[in-house]
Amino acid sequence: MPDSTSLQQPEHYDVAIIGAGMSGLAAGIRLAHFGKRVCIFERHNAIGGLNSFYAIGGRKYDVGLHAVTNYVRPGVKGTPLTKLLRQLRIDRDEFALCEQRQSRVSFGPRGECTLQFNNDFALLESEVAKTFPAQIDGFRALVETIRSYDDVSLDAASVSARAIVRRHISDPLLEDMLFCPVMYYGSASAGDMDFGQFVIMFKALFFEGFARPLDGVRVILRVLLGKYRDAGGIRRMKCGVQKIIARGGRVAALVLDSGEEVLATHVLSSAGAPETFSMIREGEISEAGSAVTPGAVVPNESVGGSGAAAPNGKAARPHSFVETISVLREQPAELGWGEDTIVFFNESEKFAYGCPESQVDVRSGVICLPNNFAYPEGQQLSEGLVRFTCLANPQKWFGLPEERYRADKAQWFAEIEKSARRFLPPLAKTPEVLATDMFTPRTIHKYTGHVNGAIYGSPEKIRSGRTHLGNLYLCGTDQGFLGIIGAMLSGISMANYHILAKE
Amino acid sequence: MTKDECKQVVIEIIADIAPDEDLSNLKPDLRLRDQLELDSMDFLDIVMELRKRHGIEVPEADYPELASLDSCAEYLTPKFAALGK
Repeated sequence: MPDSTSLQQPEHYDVAIIGAGMSGLAAGIRLAHFGKRVCIFERHNAIGGLNSFYAIGGRKYDVGLHAVTNYVRPGVKGTPLTKLLRQLRIDRDEFALCEQRQSRVSFGPRGECTLQFNNDFALLESEVAKTFPAQIDGFRALVETIRSYDDVSLDAASVSARAIVRRHISDPLLEDMLFCPVMYYGSASAGDMDFGQFVIMFKALFFEGFARPLDGVRVILRVLLGKYRDAGGIRRMKCGVQKIIARGGRVAALVLDSGEEVLATHVLSSAGAPETFSMIREGEISEAGSAVTPGAVVPNESVGGSGAAAPNGKAARPHSFVETISVLREQPAELGWGEDTIVFFNESEKFAYGCPESQVDVRSGVICLPNNFAYPEGQQLSEGLVRFTCLANPQKWFGLPEERYRADKAQWFAEIEKSARRFLPPLAKTPEVLATDMFTPRTIHKYTGHVNGAIYGSPEKIRSGRTHLGNLYLCGTDQGFLGIIGAMLSGISMANYHILAKE
Repeated sequence: MTKDECKQVVIEIIADIAPDEDLSNLKPDLRLRDQLELDSMDFLDIVMELRKRHGIEVPEADYPELASLDSCAEYLTPKFAALGK
């Protein structure tokens, strides 16, 4: 037993889950449903992690969610959304998902080269055939490769997605136009990515599609929390895990921010791989006789190595994102911005994805118009919303004095808007802005604890979820299932694989 | 518990796990997997729901016994009987 400074016995759980984001909640629902005594520890007072929500000035905002990817219509089976609904015993109506209208990838100074897509894959295919007639056979062959790829394998070796895509696509412009949305919605690595990750995202975006509940991510979180509570799950908010005490190759105890110690048979961490490893404190000399360095990263089954993430052998600097949000008096469509739901833009023919030299790279980005989902008849967001997302250099945002930070935010807000609006139809009049907000890598770090304000976790994924500690497993973005449906499936798979199926 | 009741138990579990499947015309002698879209996660769930609801343990080596409704009944009926059900 670990030493306890208090006279009280430390609390014991069958499973302790670190983080009340999508993956932690989903894992918690599974475990509690099957009778485990589960507790989720969350440092903040809000659930959701990277996919949370907040209110300022009486307005509600979503943090991360542009769109739920992986959307399929009722009756389509065997996809991530269906699996997740079954595993969590959620009726699909509870998520109240409404489909996107249409989206596009636009390249060139004013988006001259465009590929439209929606939730019917046939549209993207016909767009490729129209715009890149010489590439359509290669594109179809690539699609076949993607369809037949086992992307849920927990022990696949990492391969370069660029290399595989280039076997089929010889036009670099089309290649970049396919990589742009896939990378923006899920790549933690720069330039290239693991093909398995590419497949997951390609399916999530193009084979499946985008949807959103009218009230945003809170609808999904409310459902998850309700299921977790009903199953008997325990939740401790404003109660972060500070240290993971390891002895003899296992987690012996967790130390909370308050100093309280708790015990758990299994620990499932959604905090991120490096973040989790840095919490580990070896309480003993290991059996080999050498002290393990506290915080040492010793994953025993790391997938990828330096392979796909940095094909040139250079360790890439981690990137993060900034996002501007403007609340408008009018609906975007009424203003003249059209019906597009999401626009992935890039001003040149060459697409650079990764950490920019400057604070923000406004050459490419994502435009999200949350009003442009097909909400039920008569329902619509009461105000117009437009969100612009661009790549950011986290190191250039951390450590700024408060005044400078605010000034930089204001400056980049204007730059981002100017750049992104080139890819929307010009407006006859200036929209009336009711409110604005902006997040930076600093905001993300503050609310998630993710190193470098990372959104898509660490470039190296640990698909098996195993760590060097026998009863500590990872779930969430660093396990490698991407998107919000992917995050929930990650929690489900890891709970099943490491805990429920082992009995 | 009769074999028919046993089949009903399995059908009820599948109905909860996979409410999007039509269970009205299941053929008892055919593999469930060939009639329904059930993956390994769903089969794990059938096993775990059997344990949760009825206290029945199905070791991993016996999972093939759950292939069809008939084989489920053959395999599970003695287990229910052993529990006095």
